[in-house]
Order: sequence, then C-alpha cells, then structure tokens
Amino acid sequence: MSEVGALTDHPQPEIDEGRRKFLTVATGVTAAVGAVVAAVPFVASWTPSERARALGAPVEVDLSKLQTGQMITPTWRLKPIYIVRRDQAMVDKLPQNDGRLKDPKSHSSTQPDYARNEMRSRRADLLVLIGICTHLGCLPKQFFDAGDPVLGADWPGGFRCPCHGSRFDLAGRVFDGSPASTNLVVPPYSFRDQNTLIIGLDSPQPKGAS
Amino acid sequence: MAQAPVDRTGYRGASKRGFWAWINRRLPVDTFLRSQLLEYYAPKNFNIWYFFGSLALAVLVLQLLTGIYLTMFYKVGAATSFDSVEFIMREVPFGWLIRYLHSTGASVFFIVVYLHMYRSLLYGSYKAPRELLWLFGMIIYLTLMAEAFLGYVLPWGNMSYWAATVIINLFGTIPGIGPALVEWIRGDYGVADATLNRFFSLHVVAVPLVLLLLVALHLVALHEVGSNNPDGVEIKDRKDAKGRPLDGIPFHPYYTVKDIVGVCVLLVALAIVVFFVPTLGDLFLEKANFEPANPLSTPDPISPSWYFTPYYAILRAVPDQRIGALLMLIAVVSFFFLPWLDRSPVRSMRYRGWISRVFLALFSIAFLVLMYLGMQPAQEPYVTLARIFAVPYFLYFWLMPWYSRIDRVKPVPERVTYHG
Repeated sequence: MSEVGALTDHPQPEIDEGRRKFLTVATGVTAAVGAVVAAVPFVASWTPSERARALGAPVEVDLSKLQTGQMITPTWRLKPIYIVRRDQAMVDKLPQNDGRLKDPKSHSSTQPDYARNEMRSRRADLLVLIGICTHLGCLPKQFFDAGDPVLGADWPGGFRCPCHGSRFDLAGRVFDGSPASTNLVVPPYSFRDQNTLIIGLDSPQPKGAS
Repeated sequence: MAQAPVDRTGYRGASKRGFWAWINRRLPVDTFLRSQLLEYYAPKNFNIWYFFGSLALAVLVLQLLTGIYLTMFYKVGAATSFDSVEFIMREVPFGWLIRYLHSTGASVFFIVVYLHMYRSLLYGSYKAPRELLWLFGMIIYLTLMAEAFLGYVLPWGNMSYWAATVIINLFGTIPGIGPALVEWIRGDYGVADATLNRFFSLHVVAVPLVLLLLVALHLVALHEVGSNNPDGVEIKDRKDAKGRPLDGIPFHPYYTVKDIVGVCVLLVALAIVVFFVPTLGDLFLEKANFEPANPLSTPDPISPSWYFTPYYAILRAVPDQRIGALLMLIAVVSFFFLPWLDRSPVRSMRYRGWISRVFLALFSIAFLVLMYLGMQPAQEPYVTLARIFAVPYFLYFWLMPWYSRIDRVKPVPERVTYHG
C-alpha cells in the first residue's frame, strides 16, 4: 500500500484539457480523412476495366443488305442496337403520333443533337436506337405492323416492352400510359459512306487516323 | 462422485476445481449460458407465431451449410457459371440435393421471415421498448433481399441475367448520379462477367458476414428487452420474490425443446418441396432460368421471385419510372417507421378495436393480392388492380398515427392469458 501511496504522491504534471481535446479531435479527423482516401481504390475498382473499355470501342455495320421494314440488331457495348430501315409511309405517319406521346419533341430524352428531330435520326430512312427500354432495361420487341392484333386497331406500329408494357413508336418515342418516361436512347453514330454505319462515333474519322 | 451443487434449473454450475472450472475462469461459458438460456425468461403464453424466429435461424444455418458446399463445385464466370450449375445438378453426387436445398431454402427463408414479421404486426412487438429490435430485424430483411437477389444472379440463367438488368437499372432512376452509378455497379456497359464476379463475392462473403453480425445484434437486443407475447403484457412488470417474472419460464429447456419440434416440422415441409416439387410450379425456380443468359432475348413474361412481387407490382403500377421506383422504396421503408406510426396505448391486436383490425386485414389482403399481381404479365386488368390494392397497403402505414389513436381499445389484463 505504501508503494502505491508513494506512486500517487509523485508530483503529477498538470493535465492540459484543451491540448488533450485538440489532439483527440486532430487524430480522429486525420484517421477519417485517411479512411476516405483509402476507400478510393476500392470504389474505383468497380468501374469498367481497361478490357471492358477497349471492347466498348465503336463498331461498323454494313447496311447494304438491310431491306425496308427490316430490323437488324448488332451489339455495341453489350447493348443491342436496333437499326430499322423505315419506308416513306412509316416516316410520314410519325407526326400523327405526337398527341399520344410523352415527349414528342424529345426534350427530356437522351440523343445526340443531330437526332433531336421529328424522325430522331440523321437520315429519315434509317432509325438507330439503343434497344433497351428506358424503364428498366428490358428489350422492347418489334411490332411494326399498324393495327397489330395484340396492341389494338389504333396501334401505329413500333415497339413494345415485354417486361412492363412500355410502348414506343417507329422513332423510339414513348407513348402515354407507359411506365417508361423517356424515349428510347439514340446512340452516337455516323456514316462512313451510304451503306456503312459507325456506332459509337459522332463523326467518321478519316481512315487510318485512329 | 463429488459434484458441485445442482442449481434450480438442474444445470451443473461451475465447480471450483477441474477442467470446466479452468475454462470458466478464462471464458465465461457458464455465466453466458445461465444468463442467456437458463435464467433468460420468456413469456409462458407463446403461440405458433413464436416459432418463426428460431426457424429463421435454422434456415440461416441450412443456407450457410449448403452454400459452402455449392461454392466447392460452382465456377463463377459468364462462360462457366451456367454449366457448373448443371454440373452440380447432374454429375456431383447429391449435388442436386444440395442445390435444391439451397434454392428452396431461399424461398423458405422469406416465408419464415414474412410470418415472423407479421407476428410483430399482430401483437405490436415493434412498440417501445422493442424499436431497435424491430429496426435490426428490418435491416436483416433488407439484407436478406439483397442476398437473395445476388444469389439469384449466380446460376447465370436468362432470368438471372434479366433480373440483374432490371434491378440494377432501378438505381438509374436516382436523379443525377443514376447512370454513372449503374455503370459502377455493373463494371461494364451492360450486365457482364464483371457483374457476375462481384455479385459472387458479395453473395458468399460480404453479405453473409453482415447478415451474421445483424442477427447477433438482433439477438442481443432481444435478450436485453425480452420477448413480447400475444397479449402484449410486459412480463417484467410482475416478478416473484427472487426477481423472476411470474409469467416467464426459462428459455432452456422449455422453448429450446419446443423450437426443435418446430425445426423438425420445417424440415419435413422442406423435404416435401425438395423431393417432390423443387421448382414449385415456377415459384421457387423459374423455367426461364434453365436456359443460359442471353443479352439479346428478354424472357417473356419476366417476373422476379415471388418474395419481391408485392413491391414489383407497385413499381409497375405507376406510369412514371422515377415515381414508381420511389413508391416501391417507400413501400419497403414504411415498415421501419411502424414503432413511431403506431400511437395505440396497447400492443396486441387482441385488445385493439375494429378499426385497427380492419386496417391490418386490408393490408394483409393487399400484400397477398399485390404478390399475385406482381407475378402476372404487365397487362390489364393487372395494372389497374395493382393501383387499387396499393392504396390500402400504404394507408395501413400512413393513416396509422390517426386510426391507432382514435381506435377504442379493450382493457389489457395484468397477467398473460391462455387460449385453447
């Protein structure tokens, strides 16, 4: 007991509460900053890998065999791309849909500037869309025939999503009453020549430039 | 045989000498068992609704055991996952049994958890002082949903692929960061090998660890406040001279033995499904998932597992994707607020008036009907019906502060009662 007493009798340095509080807070803040910085590589590791990025490069599509009223679906960045050769009758009927659409002028939809028009395309005859429903990512199926028995007599032709029933016209614009709120997305694309489409590039690069 | 004194519960206490005493001076085994089992008092009047907590624990053990064994044979990867699951089903000895136990176990987990939660709605178990217990339970429920979804993706069937696509795209509806967040979750421009690989890691390592931690917290909180009971009477309010609740009995051996009987019944039911109807007519395993993932073909119709369909029906019922996703989120999150929405002076439905009973009955019907509607194709009349039945679902929660207060309650007895 006497030894313990001797220890406590030892002159105690005065405790500087302010200094102690400062050191505690400073240590805590430093550790927190360190934890946030250390999280960066872990969070960043989830972004697409270099390989995934390389595989996401632009793709070329040959259009010479695509007939009017037909659709081909090549893939770009794991997404199906719907390419439809529209005939003049299909294009002429598009403005009639305007009253039944959520976003007829594509104000709140995603597309390059050159596709922000009535046809939602660079060329009237060629519709290029990302074939993924803007609702929750299913693939809308083609129902190009007007008055399709499944969709009713007033159906003007277009796409319908099998998952949640969203409907789109032949410019990929969404109809009223669909769960989707925006039109189908138009990817960046351009033409190398009359029959060669490049998906993923806004303007064709001169050959050999890349 | 010089034995240590036998205590009241018949359990041999720590003797002062010997191996067991040596252990106990270093690890409080006896103290722990005594405080948490032998002298942990549970109400005497538990009924069938009180089986589901321990059953949930039993299913968790089943899922961990079968999951560990499936991991031994499963090969993660977009090119290998589907084939390795078929390999397990056809070529690994008893692989089919382990896989069906795991896939059926997932559905059984939700059946048990839904009944466990419904018990709380019936007897007001979420009310003070059990709010944290309820919140931990709700977080377990959400974590379980994540775990089930992640596991559903792993066989890499076509329904796996499209479920992953649809669920991940729900995050795309968040304003501003949505599209970037979706790409970050997938790790590619679509659901791909990278997505599958990280989901595997989350499903077998990260989420189970979180789940175990949450279950531990749920149990610690339970043992701090003690179980509610069908009468909603606080048994700790009336104790005998030794401080034991008059309406309580030691958890062991009374409820441990009772719960083992419950586990036996559950295993019989599980065996019937696993051996005779492992897909339960598309409910537990969907046909579309027996063909490989195909990014260019959406299964028609697409529907999530049955335990998600009430929320899915609400999502689809709204003709605007952001509001739909938001309403679905509110539908799940509403449960969290129950302890504060409920202003009734009594806990149990037994002593509540007709208004509370009607609202609970309407909610129950709405939940089941929405569950059915979520399994149907996205056509009329299902969409309109979903809109109609979503109303009582939400009113149950958000009118509760009003109806639970004005509802006329019956007097609550001082001691627990017995029925039948």
